[in-house]
Amino acid sequence: MTDPLVRPKRKDPLKRTRMPLAPPAARSRTAHGLTAAAAEGKFALQVCSDCAAVTYPPRDACPSCLSPRLPFMPVDNRGTLVAETTVHNSPEPYFRERVPWRVGVVKLDVGPSVVAHLHGDTVEGARVRLELKLDKIGAPVMIALPAKETPNMQDDPQLREMTCDPKFRRVLITDGRSAVGQAMAKAFAEAGSTIVFVGIADAWKPYPGMEALRRIERVEIVPLDLTDSESVAEQAEQNGGRIDIVVNTAEHVRAGGFVDRHGLTVAREQMDIRYFGLVRLAQAFGPVLRGRGADGVNSAAAFVNLLSVHALMNWPAYGAYAAVEAACLSAAQCLRAELRPGGVKVVNVFSGPLETEWFQTVPPPKVAPAALARAVVDALKRGLEDVFVGDVAEDVRARLAVNPKALEREISN
Amino acid sequence: MAGTRKSYDGVAVCVPVTIPYRRYSVNSAHWWVGRALHALTRQARLRPKDIDGLVLSSFTLAPDKPIGLTQHLGLSPRWLDDVPLGGASGIVALRRAARAVQAGDAEIVACVAADTNHVDSFRKTLSTFSRFAQDAVYPYGSGGANASFALITRNYMNKFGAKREDFGKICVAQRDNALSNPHAIMKKKLTLDEYMAARPIAEPIHLFDCVMPCAGAEAFLVCREETARSLGVAAIRLLSTIERHNAFADDPVQVRGGWAMDVGELWAMAGVKPDDVDFVETYDDYPVISMLQFEDLGFCAKGEGPDFVRGHSLTNDGTFPHNTSGGQLSAGQAGAAGGFLGLTEALRQLAGKPVGKPVPDAKLCVVSGFGMINYDRGLSSGAAVLARAA
Repeated sequence: MTDPLVRPKRKDPLKRTRMPLAPPAARSRTAHGLTAAAAEGKFALQVCSDCAAVTYPPRDACPSCLSPRLPFMPVDNRGTLVAETTVHNSPEPYFRERVPWRVGVVKLDVGPSVVAHLHGDTVEGARVRLELKLDKIGAPVMIALPAKETPNMQDDPQLREMTCDPKFRRVLITDGRSAVGQAMAKAFAEAGSTIVFVGIADAWKPYPGMEALRRIERVEIVPLDLTDSESVAEQAEQNGGRIDIVVNTAEHVRAGGFVDRHGLTVAREQMDIRYFGLVRLAQAFGPVLRGRGADGVNSAAAFVNLLSVHALMNWPAYGAYAAVEAACLSAAQCLRAELRPGGVKVVNVFSGPLETEWFQTVPPPKVAPAALARAVVDALKRGLEDVFVGDVAEDVRARLAVNPKALEREISN
Repeated sequence: MAGTRKSYDGVAVCVPVTIPYRRYSVNSAHWWVGRALHALTRQARLRPKDIDGLVLSSFTLAPDKPIGLTQHLGLSPRWLDDVPLGGASGIVALRRAARAVQAGDAEIVACVAADTNHVDSFRKTLSTFSRFAQDAVYPYGSGGANASFALITRNYMNKFGAKREDFGKICVAQRDNALSNPHAIMKKKLTLDEYMAARPIAEPIHLFDCVMPCAGAEAFLVCREETARSLGVAAIRLLSTIERHNAFADDPVQVRGGWAMDVGELWAMAGVKPDDVDFVETYDDYPVISMLQFEDLGFCAKGEGPDFVRGHSLTNDGTFPHNTSGGQLSAGQAGAAGGFLGLTEALRQLAGKPVGKPVPDAKLCVVSGFGMINYDRGLSSGAAVLARAA
């Protein structure tokens, strides 16, 4: 059983903040097949297309038949913990300040022996399941978990190095006016976040759901206007040092493409709220997030972008909107690289049309704001980096992997 | 199969050289290689140009390879080899040099292993040791070899009932042997109580299960018997050798090395039995690996290592003299030179000129090597049976 996490005390402002350190990040190009699987929370190893042998560590030829055809495929993650050790001595500064650290050899049922991090509830000789995670530097690692759920298992210190669990962390929801922002506030409060800051621009203007939002426990409404650099900077100054997770819920959805619309007013507005809003957040909150990545139980952990899956392939029915989403995705990739040295994950959550007023005319399937919020919290608990929520997002993802050109043609019909 | 191999008749192994180790060195590996070659030429009264074959083993020559060392050191060999096999380097260099000499491709082959040890060079070596280590071992606690051998040791203990005391006995006996070796880095007597009380490094590995990384060099010459005679140096005979890589890949955790595959051939080719040898030099990066070698070289059956150790003193003046200069555990591990340490010590014992305490009437021995923990296990193994000239 894992000792339940204790809510951290108020930080002594005179105490030095522990600087973030990184575990070894170097990987071979082939090993990034594991990165891709870990980013989406899948367990995949190389499986030989010719002889079906399962292989690990990542290779460029099958050790059973020398075939070069070794795609990463989902495989059974169960095995037995054959031997374990507790590392007390490490030349790497990251591990030096985290020892004792348990690692072990897991013999997978599908074949290979895997050196893995060990969850505190795993027992030598017993059955375990392996998961692929991204560690503090975003590199793929294996962790062995007990075969069955154990009490408080999310609170294990080694596992928590690889996740962004909102429990006892402080969150900023950047826009609380929308149904998505409000659903998000509720989900984080329920997930055990210590404070849920919710940004509201022009607080004097009432909005639907205002009363319900205020009634959510631990929600604190704060002034925040993503179209105003000063407002964003002010909020970061006020609360930046005690915000561990930023969830950008700002949205600007309008139907239509370019040809049938006159002028740039809408396009500018979209860019201002979505793209420049993200840039403003990155500039104001990025430095302090990156500096607090190793700041104890409530260290800075994640920056969450809610993106349309059509950032990956333009959907002409909402073409101008999709183009802005694509700009945001590109910015998020840059932000990911910039925050990684601090151990802060940039989580991109892709969804199709939402069950909200601006998608009123779009037929189902659509994603309910509460479902999107649940997916975000789940992704943070599991430490994911790329998340696809709902049937449309899954569909676009799958078709992109097969034939992007076919998707481009078909999506305009 | 074994019968098809040609014998090493006529080959002489001679002029063992050890450049005393240092914990840290400000000098380069090149400097250590140079010192070893200098000592070889001095002791054999050779001119550098008489060395027409060179085989080098080193982890720390970068950016150079052995070819760069020929120009650096002013040698012009007609036979050059690189044996980057860590702890198996000595045996492999020896068997390649022996065949080159037999075939006449070279007359005098210098076999040299040298490594330097700078402050922080150990961490750099660990993190870039191999692609599998980089992708699938080093990110897991970065315990390096200590953690990898901890898992092998733990598994061996689980499977065969070995106790920490059994590994302790190997370490303590080697320390006894080291006390008469002036070159040994560890100079203080070690008791079993001290061994047991040492701080954990990666359980069940504790402090005295670990070698001390250091800088140093080991070297010897391989030539024909008549060449050795004309140089006036003691010639040791090579009776047989084996070499194997990536054996038993399907064992979930390493419980045996490649020796187990080839041990029959090793003794058959030498025409002797395990019981005939007067002493044994194993590769002792961790005591569990010495125990595997006792089993895999045929001194006892698999799983009987602990009992075998309990039944012998393992000291130079006792039963089953083992790692008679203290091995790497007490003399220090000078990188690839650790793979030569047992060989140079064996050559001295067989010639009756040990640096430390002699093994009484040492005529026959087996030396084995083991190296390159690429992912979760050592890949290379080798062994050689050596005899004093009749």
